[in-house]
This record gives sequence, C-alpha cells and structure tokens, in this order.
Amino acid sequence: MSARTLSDFIRALRASDVRVSTGEAIDAAGAMKLVGFDDRTLLRDTLSIVLAKSPEEKETHDHLFDLFFKRESAHSQSTEREEDGSAAPPSDEMDLQGLSESGDEAAIAMALERAAEEVGLGDIRFSTQTSYYAQQMLKAMGGDGLQKNLVEQLQAHTPEGDEAAKALMQARADMLARSREHVERNFDVFGAGATEQFRDDYLSDKALDQVTRQDMKRMRALIARIAKKLATKHSRKRRKRNVGVLDVRRTLRANAGFDGVPFDVAWKQKTKDRPKIMAICDVSGSVSQYVRFLLMLLYAFQEVIPDISSFAFSGRLEDVSHELETHDFEQAMDRIVKTIGMSSTDYGQSWSDLKTQHFNLIDRRTTLIIIGDGRSNYGDGRLDIFREATKRAKRTIWLSPEQKPLWGTGDSLLPRYQPYCDVMTHVSTVRDLERAVDDVLAAYA
Amino acid sequence: MENDTSSAITGYEPLSSIDAVTQGLASVGYISTRQISTAIYLAHHLRKPVLIEGPAGVGKTDLAASMARFLDLPLVRMQCYEGLDEGKALYEWKYGKQLLYTQLLKEKLGEVMEGADTLSASYEKLGGFEDLFFSEDFLEPRPLLKAMRQDTGSVLLIDEIDKSDEAFEAFLLEVLSDYQVTVPEIGTISAKVPPIVVLTSNNVRELGDALKRRCLHLHIGFPEAERERAIVAARVPEVDADLLKQLVDFVQSLRGEDIRKQPSISETVDWARTLVLMHAEALGEDMVRDTLNVLLKHESDIEAVEAKIGKLVRDSSQGKRAQG
Repeated sequence: MSARTLSDFIRALRASDVRVSTGEAIDAAGAMKLVGFDDRTLLRDTLSIVLAKSPEEKETHDHLFDLFFKRESAHSQSTEREEDGSAAPPSDEMDLQGLSESGDEAAIAMALERAAEEVGLGDIRFSTQTSYYAQQMLKAMGGDGLQKNLVEQLQAHTPEGDEAAKALMQARADMLARSREHVERNFDVFGAGATEQFRDDYLSDKALDQVTRQDMKRMRALIARIAKKLATKHSRKRRKRNVGVLDVRRTLRANAGFDGVPFDVAWKQKTKDRPKIMAICDVSGSVSQYVRFLLMLLYAFQEVIPDISSFAFSGRLEDVSHELETHDFEQAMDRIVKTIGMSSTDYGQSWSDLKTQHFNLIDRRTTLIIIGDGRSNYGDGRLDIFREATKRAKRTIWLSPEQKPLWGTGDSLLPRYQPYCDVMTHVSTVRDLERAVDDVLAAYA
Repeated sequence: MENDTSSAITGYEPLSSIDAVTQGLASVGYISTRQISTAIYLAHHLRKPVLIEGPAGVGKTDLAASMARFLDLPLVRMQCYEGLDEGKALYEWKYGKQLLYTQLLKEKLGEVMEGADTLSASYEKLGGFEDLFFSEDFLEPRPLLKAMRQDTGSVLLIDEIDKSDEAFEAFLLEVLSDYQVTVPEIGTISAKVPPIVVLTSNNVRELGDALKRRCLHLHIGFPEAERERAIVAARVPEVDADLLKQLVDFVQSLRGEDIRKQPSISETVDWARTLVLMHAEALGEDMVRDTLNVLLKHESDIEAVEAKIGKLVRDSSQGKRAQG
C-alpha cells in the first residue's frame, strides 16, 4: 500500500461522509508506517482508530475498507506485473481478443486499471453512469480496433471469417462484462456517497405527500438526522446563556478567610430554562398522507429531546409518548394509527380531553406544538379551551400541512385559532419542518 | 522518530509492541482486546490522546487506571462536570500565601523603600516583588498542570469530557495537541515528558470536531462472551467455571432483550460476586429473580424481563449441557 493508495482511500472515506482532516491523514500515514501492511485486520483497526471518530463512522470505514482492498488487491496484482517488465503493450495497440482468451488475470486487471485511469473513473458519481464508463473503458482498451476487425471478418463471408467473428464477439462481451464489474466496484468506493447526498438533498425539497414508499426508509434517516442536529445545536445555546452577574453574598462568604478581600469571585447562575415540549399531532383521515411524516418527526424528537410529551388525536386525545419510546417506528406508527386515527376529527373534544386530563403538564416553560390542518368537520372548535391552553404555555406553534390560501376554506378553523398562536406556518417539505422546529427551539435561548 | 530517545528515560518502555500492551494490561488484571491494545500502542507512538467512547461500565476509566498500574506511572485524574473551569483544571494562585507574604512585605516596606526618593525609583524597587508573587512558588497545580510536571511521564485521565462545557473543551485543545499549558503571568509550561492522555465520554452530548480531530478514537462496546468470561474470572476468581459460563450466557442473552439500560460488564461482575456470596452453584430461576436488581437498574426493565426469566435460564443452562 503506497501513499497514493492511502490518499485514494481517504478520498473514498470523504465521499462517504466521513470527515477526514489533513492532520488526520498525516497521522494515518504515520500509523501505517508503525504497524506495517502485512496484517489486514491490524491495518483496519489502526485506520479505524485514527480516521473514524464515531460508531457510525467506524461502520462506514470498515465497510469501505473491505470494499477498497478487494479492489486494491486486483490493482497490486497488475502493478507487480508491470515491475516484472512483462507488461502488456500500451492500450492503443492492445490485442483485446488475445487478452481475453489468454485468461491471464493479472494482465487483464492491469489493463482494466490503466483504462480506468484513462477515462477518469474516480469521478463517477451516479450508478446510472456505469454503462457509459464501461463502454469508455472498453474503448480505451482497444475496443475500436476489435470492432473494425469484427466488421472485416463478417464482410469476408467465409466460414473461417464467421468463426473468427464469433470469437471476437465472445471476447468483446467478456471484456465488457469485466469493465462493468470494475466500474461497479469503483462506484461502491467513490461514487456511492455522493449519490446518497444527492438523494437526501432531493428528498428534503420534495413535497411530503409525494414521497414514494421506496424513499420512506431514507426519509426516516433524514428526519432522525435533522432532529439530532437541532437537538445538539440548541442544547449548546442553552448553556451559553448561563453567564450571570456577581453573587455578592456567596463572594463575601467565600472570601471571609481573606479578610473580605474578594479573591474568589462567585457569579450568579441563571437558572436553566430547560425546554419542555408538548406536541399534539392530528392523525385523522384528512391528514392521512402526512401522518407518517408528522409521526416520524415526533418519533425523532422523542429520541433526542429529554422533556417532550407527545399526544395524538382524531376523535379523542391520547398520550403516545410511551408508544413512541418503547416500540420501533413502524410498530409505533401502526399502533397509533390503529387505536387513535381514522375516526373523524373533533378538535373540540380533543381540547376538552387536554383540559381534563393533561392540563397540569402545561406551564410557563412549555412550548406547545400543534400539528394538524384544523379541519374539525364543522364541529365546535372550543376556542375557549384552546385560548386557555395557549395562555398557560410559553409559546404555541401550529404547523399546518395545508397551503395558506386553503386556511379557512370549508371546515377549516385555522384562521380562528391563529390569533392565539405565536406562529402558524405551512410545512410541506422536510426543509420546512427543519426550519419550523429550529424556530421553536431557538425560542428557549 | 524521537520515541526511542524519550522512552529510554521514561516509564513508557513496556509499550514496544501491541502484544506487549495486551500482556502488560493482563498482568494487572485488565483483559484487553486487540483493538484496545492497538489504540494504546498508537497513542504512545503517535503522541496522541485517545478518546474512548462506549456505554457506561465497559471499563473505559478502568483502562486508564490499569495503564498507570502496569507502567508504574502516576495516574492524574480529572473528573469533568458542568461548570468546570481552568481554575480547577489547570492551576490556581495560592491566594492565602500571597496574602501572607504581602502582609510581611508591608512591615518591611520601609526598609525596602529606603533610598528611593522619586516615584519611579520606588516603582522599580516594587516591580521586583511582583515577579516573585507570580512565580511557580505561588502556583497551586491542578490536574492538568500536575500531569505536565511529572518527570517520568504520567497517565492523564480526563473522565467524562462530555459532561464539561463547550468552552472547557476548547480550552483543552492546547493541552491535547502540544502538551503544554499557558499561564498568562508566567508563560508557557511544556510537559517534561508528554503524558499518555485518555479521555472518556458517555455521549451525553456530541463532542466538537476540533477535539475529535486531535484524538485517536476508540469505541469499546459490550464484550463477547469469551472476553466477558475472562474478565469476570479475573475479577471474581472464586466463581465456579460452570456457573461462570451460565451467568455470562444469561447476561449476553439479556442484552438482546428490548430493555432501556442493558447490563454492562461492571454489572456482570457485581452479579457474579452476589451469586458467589449466596453460594449459588448453578443458575436457578428463583435465584435470578431475587438478584435481578443487581443487573437491571430500571423498574420497567425488571418487569419486562421477569416474565422471561424461565426461558432465559433454561437457554443458558442448555448451552452448558451442549458444550459441557
């Protein structure tokens, strides 16, 4: 393994979202010099210790290490041959047929490596580029010559020509397959990370009700990541604001021994305002396309915010914190939708449930997040209770999956609830969600 | 590299190979893995701190303590907590002593000032005393400074770094990358022999990238059955081999259950001690039920597991029969 190989490996790591600084790359080179290259497992442990700095990164690293060195061993086979001096002729006059028929794996590997370099395979980003790169590699290995030869043989119209053409076609197919395989292996190492990033970006901006079933898993990971990011960001802010003014009493007491000269200064601590969040989520039929995402968000928050209580309602209000805490997402979602959802929405009834059973949870530290479309089937919206709840809470945020022009149409009560909310906003993509929740948490600073 | 020269005069000699680290740790009763030993070996040779993450009770802190015992070096331990500042971590002036000396000086002030007629002349005379007051004699070393000043090198354990504030984390960077600390009144103090620095974290909060970049990163997870048996056997030598196998199998399968806090090695060791005290020869259902609170620390976990005890116990004793 050379310095070049290490830098390739680090490039592959970076493409897969493992941040590696220059300093760490230098450390890795030093560590490699120490442990040597002979013991693969040792080398893997070593690089994992030096380069990957979290359990997730370690997993990515180990996976990539195996992929990379599968590829690497083919590569080194070819370079060994090159050093022997028995290298094959340069690619433009390469006898592709001879190469394929010889079955000389090392020579083939070398030809593939060289062709890959020629066509810049390291730049591959999407799996859809596989065919293109495979064709280009074949060309670089002398595919055109073979093609010409093939046409000539066919035009001869002789039995021998046909026979030769058959062999040529066989060789071509063989080399193309090998090129493809080579490209795929490279894509796994260099390109996969970029694709993932691209798809995440794409999903972030896609309307929530248009996300397909195949993308659900990715969506969940995305939302979980956002939740974690926000929780980290805001847990920092809370601590920063913890600087106070001089605490005279404690200063005097601490310095009594020094004749009252204030060597040891004590500062007043601002009591920490830990966020308490109460999230109330509509899971009725009218928002059914959104329920999944709303619950995903609730689920993600349950994991990262210590003080959150989650409720769901359609006809009646139920506490779902326990479900979200103890089950995995799919199970929790099924249970919630089965037990609570799918009956017709009744905001009034839910508010009065809130008042009779859970009002003690709302105090001046609580932020109330309501997620729903405010369509109450023309029932009584019980604005009186809602107003009381918002008065008790520190802040009230309403996230609506409906566009603003639709608020107030038909049975929507949103405009009537709006005056009591600090913020009422429309959320239709993951990016919207992130922004809205960021605002919610920022209010604690 | 300069490692050869530095190891000649310090206590780090035993760190010559990865196997030597494993054996050395075993000699003081710490059962290491190849990964752990590799990390320690690299930490010494690359002169980098090691950041250890993993669930509570898997032996993160103990690794540092065992290192110190095995190398026969002083262990300097700094427990982090919210509000920890440089006064408690690095150094503090000995205010009392300074005050006392000021009082003494006051009495002698006349003598000192003799011959100084002008303001500038007396200022110069007094200036000499200022340097005296802010010298190392009046410096109260706290853990970080103490670790820097050891002649033989030391093992510096910065425990639960995730409990400290962001600001403190940034403050540590100088110590971790250059093994030196800066005292404004005196200047920069470099370590005589760079200590082996071990940081531990329970992931209460995400650590900053700057800190992570400067450290090697080791993740210690729950051990495999074989290693766990070795650890329990090392800590509780009285335990009978059959019982040991059963109890470790039981704990291992318990970790697969859906519970809030999985039992870690320290709990397994405690449990083994408990069972030995109760003269248990084999794992029995009632025995497990009575002692479950040693392993599980949440009421809801105990409730969840209680119903399955029978099955879990049967599984782990069956394993014994199959193998025995």
